[in-house]
Amino acid sequence: MDLKDKLVSSFMAFENTVDVDAAVHDVRSEALKSFEDKGFPSKRDEAWKYTSLNSVLKHDYSVFPKQENALEYSDVKKYFIHDIDSYKIVFIDGKYSSHLSQTTHDGIDVCLMSSALSKPKYQLIIENYFNKAATKDGLSSLNTAFSQEGAYVHIPKNKIVEKPIQIIHFSTGNESALMLQPRNLIVVDENSHVQIMERHQSLTDNPVLTNSVTEIFTNKRAIVDYYKLQNDKPTASLIDHTFIKQKRESHASVHTFSFGGQLTRNNLNFYQEGERIDSTLKGVTIIGEKQHVDHNTLVHHIEPNCESHQDYKGIFSDKSTGVFNGKVVVDKIAQKTNAFQANNNILLSDKASINTKPQLEIFADDVKCSHGCTIGQLDDSAMFYMRSRGIPEKEAKALLMFAFSNNVLDSVKIPEIKQRITKIIATKLGVDIGFDL
Amino acid sequence: MSNKYTEDDLREELKTKEYEYGFYTDIESETFPNGLNEDIVRAISKKKEEPEWMTEWRLEAFKIWKEMTEPEWANVHYQKPDFQGISYYSAPNSKPKYDSIDEVDPELLATFEKLGISLDEQKKLAGVAMDVVVDSVSVATTFKKTLGEKGIIFMSISEAIKEHPELVKKYLGTVVPQKDNFYAALNSAVFSDGSFCYIPKGVRCPMELSTYFRINQAGTGQFERTLVIADEGSYVSYLEGCTAPSRDENQLHAAVVELIALDDAEIKYSTVQNWYPGNAEGKGGVFNFVTKRGLCEKNAKISWTQVETGSAVTWKYPSCVLKGDNSVGEFYSIAVTNNYQQADTGTKMIHLGKNTKSTIISKGISAGKSQNSYRGLVQISSRADNARNFSQCDSLLMGNDCGAHTFPYIEVKNKSAQIEHEATTSKIGEDQIFYCNQRGIDTEKAIALIVNGFSKEVLNKLPMEFAVEAQKLLEISLEGSVG
Repeated sequence: MDLKDKLVSSFMAFENTVDVDAAVHDVRSEALKSFEDKGFPSKRDEAWKYTSLNSVLKHDYSVFPKQENALEYSDVKKYFIHDIDSYKIVFIDGKYSSHLSQTTHDGIDVCLMSSALSKPKYQLIIENYFNKAATKDGLSSLNTAFSQEGAYVHIPKNKIVEKPIQIIHFSTGNESALMLQPRNLIVVDENSHVQIMERHQSLTDNPVLTNSVTEIFTNKRAIVDYYKLQNDKPTASLIDHTFIKQKRESHASVHTFSFGGQLTRNNLNFYQEGERIDSTLKGVTIIGEKQHVDHNTLVHHIEPNCESHQDYKGIFSDKSTGVFNGKVVVDKIAQKTNAFQANNNILLSDKASINTKPQLEIFADDVKCSHGCTIGQLDDSAMFYMRSRGIPEKEAKALLMFAFSNNVLDSVKIPEIKQRITKIIATKLGVDIGFDL
Repeated sequence: MSNKYTEDDLREELKTKEYEYGFYTDIESETFPNGLNEDIVRAISKKKEEPEWMTEWRLEAFKIWKEMTEPEWANVHYQKPDFQGISYYSAPNSKPKYDSIDEVDPELLATFEKLGISLDEQKKLAGVAMDVVVDSVSVATTFKKTLGEKGIIFMSISEAIKEHPELVKKYLGTVVPQKDNFYAALNSAVFSDGSFCYIPKGVRCPMELSTYFRINQAGTGQFERTLVIADEGSYVSYLEGCTAPSRDENQLHAAVVELIALDDAEIKYSTVQNWYPGNAEGKGGVFNFVTKRGLCEKNAKISWTQVETGSAVTWKYPSCVLKGDNSVGEFYSIAVTNNYQQADTGTKMIHLGKNTKSTIISKGISAGKSQNSYRGLVQISSRADNARNFSQCDSLLMGNDCGAHTFPYIEVKNKSAQIEHEATTSKIGEDQIFYCNQRGIDTEKAIALIVNGFSKEVLNKLPMEFAVEAQKLLEISLEGSVG
């Protein structure tokens, strides 16, 4: 039985575990139909031209992990940004771990999707926001159909959340192959500010497939900083969908750091539904072996006077493949739009490849839109300069690559995250560099 | 200033501007009945007195075409042509062929005069050898003798099939195979005529070779086939330009152009395309579905330059296959769309050899309710060490009802490749206009000046004879639409 049939037939079993009378269940049933129609995307779909899911869909995934699993904090401490105080929402094999988590209802709601979906207190928010930003493509629909657990964050008006929120998904490998479908909802009301970090981490070599959907709503003048750290095992694959709807004068930024995993696909969609909005999409990808990272971004400029900034850097070695598919759409009324898109790549091996397609679709005339894309290697003269000053080749290379990705790291607002990423990059490059970027 | 020439005036003026070259020459034509089947393909082949292998080649293409479906991936929307509602052959009736220009139908000559390409003038002044194609059959070939002395073969492809079958047989379909795409297959099956050009080893063609295509018979699709072969170390510059009479009915044009540049050869292929774009309501106009591709052997160079101002729907990607080491591909394009025109155009640069270089400069100008897309592919294969590409696509938007789109595909499989791609979209700045106004240049002139500057990089690449016409076309297509 292939994965699609398995998922469709397990929906009945899933229904036994949730409240089928809730309004949200109609959304689920409808989404299941949509998934049945559309199925998994194939290379024939333009958006999936360069990424084949065949290798990750072939496993016999268990779709509902039954067992509760516990982890000791000391064993997984290194996966947290542990040197700062933060709220934590932690899942182990898709199940909430209260032991590792630190949630709150004090003025703000940092809690679980499952409780938000079932408790009447949250009904209004769920009705207004749940599945209102997600697209209806096959994979998102699949997630919607099985949406039950994940993070729920609601920040009411005029709140600056002091501590960042960490959302971490662990998979323990108790199942021989596991499919996870977390569903996150983040609603930030007027004038509020929140910082969130998300991570998916497999702890064994058993295959894991995560099909995650995150919906983020930023209301008037809200500020959201979202960091995605992807440094998973070579047997773990991630298909991540993030949909962000912005209201006027809000700022949203998403930084994606992709260093690991077998196959990583990041769908990142921004919808600007008001004036003077600022959207930032940045990413650093450093991969090797046979890894594959695909960034698929969309920024839809719907209203006038908005800005968007995209900056994606990639370094590819061994047999890795990188894909960047960035799309900027400027509607007819979205005059004075300022959209900027850059994608720079370095290939370090002849077996590595990069496919990039920076795309502009513009219907308004008074706009400034530009995109730039480069593919090249490390500068020989810069290498020579450093080596003639006694810096060994490896370190010199690393320095250049740091410099290359610096633009993206610069805008990371939490110093601890920046430090962590610097360290990961140094490990990736196999060097010890005595400075922080 | 009460009589200030505003953008609205400009737009208004453009709306009412009729297609300047819209007229119809009444030459008695011999036309096949509508529809396409094996018999029609055979009949075309027979009509052209083609050898057996050619007929077979066409039939094979027809078989492939029957199995294919029309491509839909392009960013254009149009009423699909009814392929059974088209007549696949039409030829001017006045026979036999002419040796001197005096024998040519005077009405036809008048047509050329209106187009500003008076044959004798061209002959005397420009030194351009013209292989004029009116509705599929060459009616005049000039300078053939001068070229003949150099060993250059420049004739219609139907003549070439008869006179130089070995060359045609060797190269036809090698760059654009019959099964390449829907329209290429259709063209392979039914092509009526076109140009054939062979430059022998080490010969530098002394003049610009040129053909004018016109679609003249109502309801006749034009299927041109061009084959240019530059043998080792040779050079040729080839011009192609078109204007077509105003028609209500959509006319289909599915041409195939194949260029072959052998070792150290260079081909420069320039196009000015100004077919009927349909009226201001978007009715009528030519469908231009063209497959153009060149193959570069070692150290060879192919340069495509195009000025696209006409056609209701354009679907055209002149490409270079850089097979040989050190070969060079270039693509310079200006695509102008106005009213309801739609253009999906760009290029493919396929880098296979080592040290191959390509340059893409594409300027899109959209006005009115038109949609202008750049679609390009730069592909670096794993063996193409030190490949270099530079692409630049700039779009200029005029008015708020048009769209500019960019779809660049970049696929790199070699670490030594250096690829740069940049694209910008903008409108004509008020400050630029103000600057000109301040210096006594009125708005209309200022706009012409700015558009000219915007397109200069490409216009400069055109041969002199064409640059003038291209500039004129830009003015006709755009003057008045600036917003």
